[in-house]
Amino acid sequence: MKTETIKTLKAFVVELAIYAVLVVGYFFLVLRFLGGWLHQLEIHHRYTYAGVAILLIIGQAVVLENVTTLLLRIIRGRTE
Amino acid sequence: MFFPISNSHISPIYLAIVGFLIGILGGFFGVGGSFIAGPALRVMGMDWNFAVGTDLAHIVGKSVVAAKRHRALGNVDLKLGLLMAVGTIGGAECGAQLIQALKRAGNVNFVVSIVSIAVYVSISTFMIWESGKTLLQNKRSPREKVKGAKSKQDQSAFQHVTRSIQRLNFPPMIKLPVSGVTISLWVIILVSFVGGLFSGFLGGGAGYIRMPSMVYVLGIPTHLAVGTDLFEIIISASYGTFSHAIKGNVDILIALVMNTGAAIGAQIGAISTQYFAGPTIRLAFVPLPLIGAAIVIYTLVAGHNL
Repeated sequence: MKTETIKTLKAFVVELAIYAVLVVGYFFLVLRFLGGWLHQLEIHHRYTYAGVAILLIIGQAVVLENVTTLLLRIIRGRTE
Repeated sequence: MFFPISNSHISPIYLAIVGFLIGILGGFFGVGGSFIAGPALRVMGMDWNFAVGTDLAHIVGKSVVAAKRHRALGNVDLKLGLLMAVGTIGGAECGAQLIQALKRAGNVNFVVSIVSIAVYVSISTFMIWESGKTLLQNKRSPREKVKGAKSKQDQSAFQHVTRSIQRLNFPPMIKLPVSGVTISLWVIILVSFVGGLFSGFLGGGAGYIRMPSMVYVLGIPTHLAVGTDLFEIIISASYGTFSHAIKGNVDILIALVMNTGAAIGAQIGAISTQYFAGPTIRLAFVPLPLIGAAIVIYTLVAGHNL
């Protein structure tokens, strides 16, 4: 039981570290460039901005969920 | 990091950590976590209107992650979630109208504060009593441990009232095979409408009302109530996000950054529900409405919103 918990914690820490690197890259590559465009959209085309906002948040959530699931599967597979 | 839409400077690490913490709560309890996210954004100097709208957008993202994970665990009743979304949206609109009426009467802050404190404290008191009693009953006569789908079947000290509500024969009666419940459509609509009403009236997703009422009124097992509530929140919070974005109250960049933390927190919360029985989850839920009540009392005493 104890070894299982340690294994799970190890896998989680590794996942968190890889995930953090990916997220930092995402901040600098995607969100910085999106900022200006979204700001303009918010000022000039409110309805389009509202639609794009929902699509972005749902799209990002689906991608992140898949990334974390995949990471966990790979890390668990390696630690077992 | 500068966020041009809301004209605010907030550390992305702070946002990701707040998202992570709310993600854990959301994944485990099926709540939006606006009672934490709103004040957390306000503390960083964000305007109240932006804090409310941006929080709603973040709730959508976090709920997608948590609901997807809960669905993989078999904890989402899609049919119930879709039916409830109808009532929630209707209720949220009525709640917003009620707020407008109170604004015109000039006593909106006081009325909303008193109502919310009463609601939060009542929910917590009732849940302490019910889950404590159920856990005590289980201790006295422990059930055989079961695995798989049967392990989600719940016990509740309030079950006799729930059964009476399920027996109310107001057609059409709706069969919910995933939850193992047959109940009148009108009861489902009423429960979701009341949840939506509080959501529009008090702000946030009102998961602190909907999740307990799904368990105690509709008789949905706790694990399924958590997962289904999250699925329902995706629909109702998307509607709220759209409505707020049109009014210029959403900084989607902040919501996206918060969601990077929430994505991992929500998964941890959702997976953790597997290790706890329904009454234990309900007992652990008790402090959440009390935190909400404490925040409202603070705003009443201090004279400004957090």
